Amino acid sequence: MAMKSSGTLRRREVVSTLLSDRGELLVIAGLGAPAWDITAIGDHPRNLPLWGGMGSAASIGLGLALAQPSKPVLVITGDGEMLMGIGSLATIAVAKPANLSIVVLDNEHYGETGMQQTHTGFGVDLAAMARGAGIPRVSTVRTENEVAPLRAAIHEGSGPLFAQVKIDAESLKLVLPPREGALLQARMRESLLGAEAHLV
Amino acid sequence: MDMAPADTDGWPGALFDLLKAHDIRQVAFVPDAGHSHLIRRCIADPAIKAISLTTEEEGIGLMLGAWLGGERSVLLMQSSGVGNCINMLSLGILHRTPMPMIVTMRGDFGEFNPAQVPMGNATQTVLEAMGTLVRRADHASDVVPTVDATLRMAFNTFRPTATLIGQRVLGAKTFGKD
Repeated sequence: MAMKSSGTLRRREVVSTLLSDRGELLVIAGLGAPAWDITAIGDHPRNLPLWGGMGSAASIGLGLALAQPSKPVLVITGDGEMLMGIGSLATIAVAKPANLSIVVLDNEHYGETGMQQTHTGFGVDLAAMARGAGIPRVSTVRTENEVAPLRAAIHEGSGPLFAQVKIDAESLKLVLPPREGALLQARMRESLLGAEAHLV
Repeated sequence: MDMAPADTDGWPGALFDLLKAHDIRQVAFVPDAGHSHLIRRCIADPAIKAISLTTEEEGIGLMLGAWLGGERSVLLMQSSGVGNCINMLSLGILHRTPMPMIVTMRGDFGEFNPAQVPMGNATQTVLEAMGTLVRRADHASDVVPTVDATLRMAFNTFRPTATLIGQRVLGAKTFGKD
């Protein structure tokens, strides 16, 4: 049964554009399809694809953005994961990390569990919730020509920024990142802190 | 009614000094009266990012992010908040992340409010079931050495740890029915 979303953008094309010419970008991906998407573009030491902790992606991004204020931090997650951690938008708005961006790939469905509809398919407006929380830069992205400007905004460091990207509800081939969490953590730390990261 | 522990025992102020000695840069919290002195000190310190949360589980995510970026963090909460963290504690086990928690107990010793008892009674069991190393401090003189020990074990052995500060130390809130 084909699942319908109000969005038409292709998720991996969006992620490919967002991660192009990534420079110093640090990426946290919510569990499920966003983790497969960032890995499909190319696994990277500065990617932390999550295997669990549903609802935590934005909070992890906050801790990382506060620890590394000179580097852009991008959280890429899904609508179901963002809804579960929605209060973190208020925490982020109050903490005001200028280098943190949150991009929600909104397909209006729980993709890993049988494509049940999320609340966003019934009119719940994540961008309005982010705006209400007090996130200063908020957008809803529906067309391809808005994606490259979003990539540029992520690198500007004038956030926190929140973007809801309306995507097609397609299910794509799984591209799995490493499952060993200690490796995923250690490689990002080493890429930021050098070998000293393991000697603290 | 102010339930903040009097600083006469010295431990709330000494806990702040301990966080500084351990180079803690991010302090996440959902307020509790027992932590009010420490929270005030952390907010006032420009070298500490004091982050007020909407729910304690955000603090688990924040501690993972801080460690990824090379900063040490700690989570302050009341025992009821431990219940909000259960699934998120998977993150610290999976990634081997230092996640020290300082928990002020309710439902623990002379509790008045029946709603506090189920979670207070289960706090240690729940934390340990999720792989957190737990130590208790039930006397004022134990608070600082116990928090010091659990901070060391978090950062030296890469895992979630918790000090539970007993209600015997904090005093039980009586809602005016002394």
